[in-house]
Parts: sequence; C-alpha cells; structure tokens
Amino acid sequence: MSELFFTAEDVAEIVTILDKTPYERLELTTSRFRLRVVRTGDGFTQELEVIGDAAPAAVVTAPVEAAEDGLVIRSPLPGTFYRAPQPGAPPFVQVGDTVAPDTVIAIIETMKLMTSVPAGCAGVIAEIRAENATLVEAEAVLMRVTPA
Amino acid sequence: MIRRLFIANRGEIALRVIRTAKRLGMVTILGVSEADRTSLPALVADEVAVVGPGPSAESYLSVPRVVAAARAARADAVHPGYGFLSENVAFGRAVLAAGMIFVGPDMASLEAMGDKLMARRAGVAAGLPVVPGGEAATKDDARQQAAVTGYPLLLKAVAGGGGRGMKRVDAPEALDAQIDMAMAEAQAAFGDNRIYVERFIASGRHVEVQVLGDGETAIHLGTRDCSIQRRFQKLVEEAPAFGIPEDKHRAITDAAVRFAASLHYRGAGTVEFLVDAATFDFYFLEMNARIQVEHPVTEAVTGIDLVEQQLLVADGQRLGIAQEFVTFAGHAIEMRINAEEWAKDFRPSPGRVRVARWPAGAGVRVDTHIGAGGAVPPYYDSLIGKLIVRGADRAEAVARLQAALAVIDIEGVATTAGLHARIAADARFIAGGVDTRFFEGLDRG
Repeated sequence: MSELFFTAEDVAEIVTILDKTPYERLELTTSRFRLRVVRTGDGFTQELEVIGDAAPAAVVTAPVEAAEDGLVIRSPLPGTFYRAPQPGAPPFVQVGDTVAPDTVIAIIETMKLMTSVPAGCAGVIAEIRAENATLVEAEAVLMRVTPA
Repeated sequence: MIRRLFIANRGEIALRVIRTAKRLGMVTILGVSEADRTSLPALVADEVAVVGPGPSAESYLSVPRVVAAARAARADAVHPGYGFLSENVAFGRAVLAAGMIFVGPDMASLEAMGDKLMARRAGVAAGLPVVPGGEAATKDDARQQAAVTGYPLLLKAVAGGGGRGMKRVDAPEALDAQIDMAMAEAQAAFGDNRIYVERFIASGRHVEVQVLGDGETAIHLGTRDCSIQRRFQKLVEEAPAFGIPEDKHRAITDAAVRFAASLHYRGAGTVEFLVDAATFDFYFLEMNARIQVEHPVTEAVTGIDLVEQQLLVADGQRLGIAQEFVTFAGHAIEMRINAEEWAKDFRPSPGRVRVARWPAGAGVRVDTHIGAGGAVPPYYDSLIGKLIVRGADRAEAVARLQAALAVIDIEGVATTAGLHARIAADARFIAGGVDTRFFEGLDRG
C-alpha cells in the first residue's frame, strides 16, 4: 500500500543531489504521492502531497447562515460545544434565562483546550441552536437571544 | 517475534513509528479515528483499522476499542506512541491479556512511574536527590506541607502529567484558593484529587536523560534540555543540555542510569531532573515511561533510532548497544510547530492546510504528518510538525535553525513558526543555557 513513499532520508539525499546541480526544483511523482523539493533562499523546502484517489476528500464548507432575527451568539472557534462545565452538571443557561454580555453560556473544546464563550450581548435566551457535545464550525450560531 | 505491529496513536509519532517498523520488516496496522482516515500515516501504513469516531474519548482513548481493533487485526504487538494510552496501566494490562506485546516497560514500572509519589519514593530509594515537598490528600495536609516546603511552591496533581493542573503559588495568602483549584482540576482531569506540594526552584532548568534498558542492563543516551516552556508545555528541546560543567553532567546521567537499573527498566524511558541554573545542583522529578515528543534530538546526536530500540527490547532481545559504544556528536535543537495563533493567546487553529512547505537540507529533519491538503482536526492536540536541526556545535545548529525557520511556509492554519523565529533570534537563546523563565522574558512584540 505504501510503496514509494518518501522518507526523511530520501529527502536528505535528494537535497544533496539537487545542491550539486544548477536546478531550482525537483518534482517526483508516484502513484500516490508527489514530492516537491525547491531551492528557497539559502536552503531548501520540501512539500509532500497526496494525489489521486488517496487524496483527502474536499473540504465541506458550511452553508452561509440566513440573516437572523434578533441577536445571535456565534462560536469563536471550531470545536466541540458543551452546554455545561462538566458532564452531569446543570447547563450554563436555559431557554428563558437572562444573560449579560459577560455571562458564560457554553464551553468550546478545541485541541484539548477549553474556551468559555461569553454571551457578548444582553437579553433573554430564545433558542439553543447547537446540540450539546457536537462539533461546531467557527462562527456557527450557538444560540439566539431576544434583545433586552 | 513481532511481525504485525499495531500503532495506537496518530499524527507525526504514528508516522515516525510506521517508518521504523517497516524498515525492520514489520507489517504496520494503524488504528485511526474517523477524523484521521485519510491522514498521511493512514496512507503510509500497510493496514488501517478504524477504532472509533473523532473525539478521542471514543477512539484513541478507548481501551476496549483499541484492544479489540488490535486483536481483530491479528497484531503481535501494540506501540502506544506518546500521550493517549501510552502510560495507561489498564491499557497495558489489556494488551498483555489479549496475548499481545506492549511496546513499553513492564506494568510494575508503568504503574510506579504513573504516580508521582511512588516515583519519588523510588528515586529516594535509589539514592537520588529530590526537591523538598510532599503529598497532600486534604486541604489541611496541603497547608501543613506548604509551611514545611516554603515559597514559592508548585501544586501538582499526583496522578497528572504534561503540566496539566500545575499551579505556582508565590505567597501564603494565595495558597487556599490555589489548593481548591488544583484539587478540582486534578479530580476533573485524572479522577484523583490528591495534589503534590513541591518547592519551586526560582532559576531552574528542565534537564532530562534518555535511558534504555532491557530489564538487566540500563544505559543512557545523554541529556536533553527542555527549559523553554509555556505554562509547563515544552516548546523547544536541545541535546545535549548546554553549558553544564562536565562533572555535574556526568553525575546527572549516572543518576538516571542508577534509577533505571534500580527499576530493572525495560524499553525507552526519560528520567527528568530539575537543575539549579546557578549551582547545577540537580533534583530528580519523575520518569516518563514512553517515547518522548523530543526524542529526535537524541537520535540526531547519537545516531541511534530509539523506536528501533524500543521494538527490539519489546521483542525480548537484549540491548545491542553497550554504554561505551554510545558516542555523541554535535548539537541538536527541536522546535514544536503547533497549529495555534500564538499572538492571540495561543488560540487553537484547526483546519485544512493548503500549503505545507517544510524546510529541507543538510542537518535538517522534519517529523510531520502534514502535507499539502492535510487536515488538522479540532479533536486532538495542536502539534503539526517538529523541526529538528543538527550542527557540529550549538552555534551551527542555531544558524541552521534560523535559516530553516525563515523558509517554513504553512498556509491554511495559523502556526507557532513565527514565535519560534523570535525565540531563535533572542540573544539569551543564542547564548544558550536559559532557565524555565525564558518564555516570560521573550519579546513577543
């Protein structure tokens, strides 16, 4: 499955060879990978790319949200949305709760780091849009707020 | 004999283990989450087994799922990498119970080193100097211990590791609040609220020794200095520890070997010390019973493949290298490139990498799983690659590091490469031998 993958030793060897030539770049392609070694400044760069069927699926972009009535609280970054500080604990807010701009309404877990999300506006929670413990995109609408 | 090796990890270390295992003629099977199905390690492994969905708790951290996947793949052995289940005794036991080899130490060592108090007792028993401090199971214990230890001090989770939950307390007034937080965090992170109170050495260096053992013999592969840290997370590592007088340096490596020998340690391990930056007095901290993120700097100066040694010892072989045949040449430095917006309080930056031009050339090694089009999922830690440079001496290594950092080009996610360029340009870093306060004093503009 992995025939003709390029190792760090291969790259070092390619650089040594390329360095003795006047060429600026060398591109090697196998059925699965493409390696590009390029002279950059005083040194070299390497770039590995997966090609063909093996290539990762295209990035799915989230549909653009329609304009929202009232205020919305968006996720500051992509990650897992949590409504409570820990499993089993009561949620930060419920529908009908009044929030101030600095009221923490959720936690987003990204790369093992917990980021608390403040409401950022004053009002009453009208709807909780994101589902607990699911992945949300950056800028995804988490909750809707009726202005105070 | 290990013919089929299951890799229970992801990212750069999975790729790193696969490369060596293949070179040794093993068939590699990578356990992946749904989020990593098309990752570079998954494409390079001979076989891939999906262990669960994206979130680590249901995939890379699930003992039953990982063990079941390894069994189903008819693996002879499991390599846990670092992090995830690498130091989880229940996992190690489950692997053994399923009739497979655990590529790591025996369970007694793993258990002892997973608990800071047991590790400390073992250190004292082996005659190693330790930092003044002690355990606290209750708030009162912690107060009493703090009175004996003195300030500034550190509160650590007994069951913890990797800097999580560590608190520094500078004065008695701040103690109570910090004890509450440290205990709550220890409980949440490790299910064990015991904390450890330890004297904080104001100007200290984090120096560690790479050891290898086969259960009978133990040797060392020199020191690494990991003093450049942010919130106890390592950013930069070097081999050897620079500017430590030879007699002290030898005393540190001797102590590490003595400790590994006292445990009848099997496999690769790291013995950590806190070294006073002024007097070079050293104190044993703990031992990490696994391969470390920073192992390549040791490989760069010794020419020894640490993963190969792990696999050979796990396979029941005696160490093939005697201490007198370990030679050290040059100086190596590693920088961890993370997908984080370092100028915005190190905010995580997951996403799709459009361009991934890594440095290449003489004395440059890059361990990464990220090529053009590579995904950085939001579920895992932010390490996307490690830049390792080697020079004939430290000055040459620093020059190579600066040149390499100047050509890194990663687009699509934010990275800490720019921060590393600042570190590499810092006069204190260029001079070498900095203490753990380095990062606080860095000009981050």
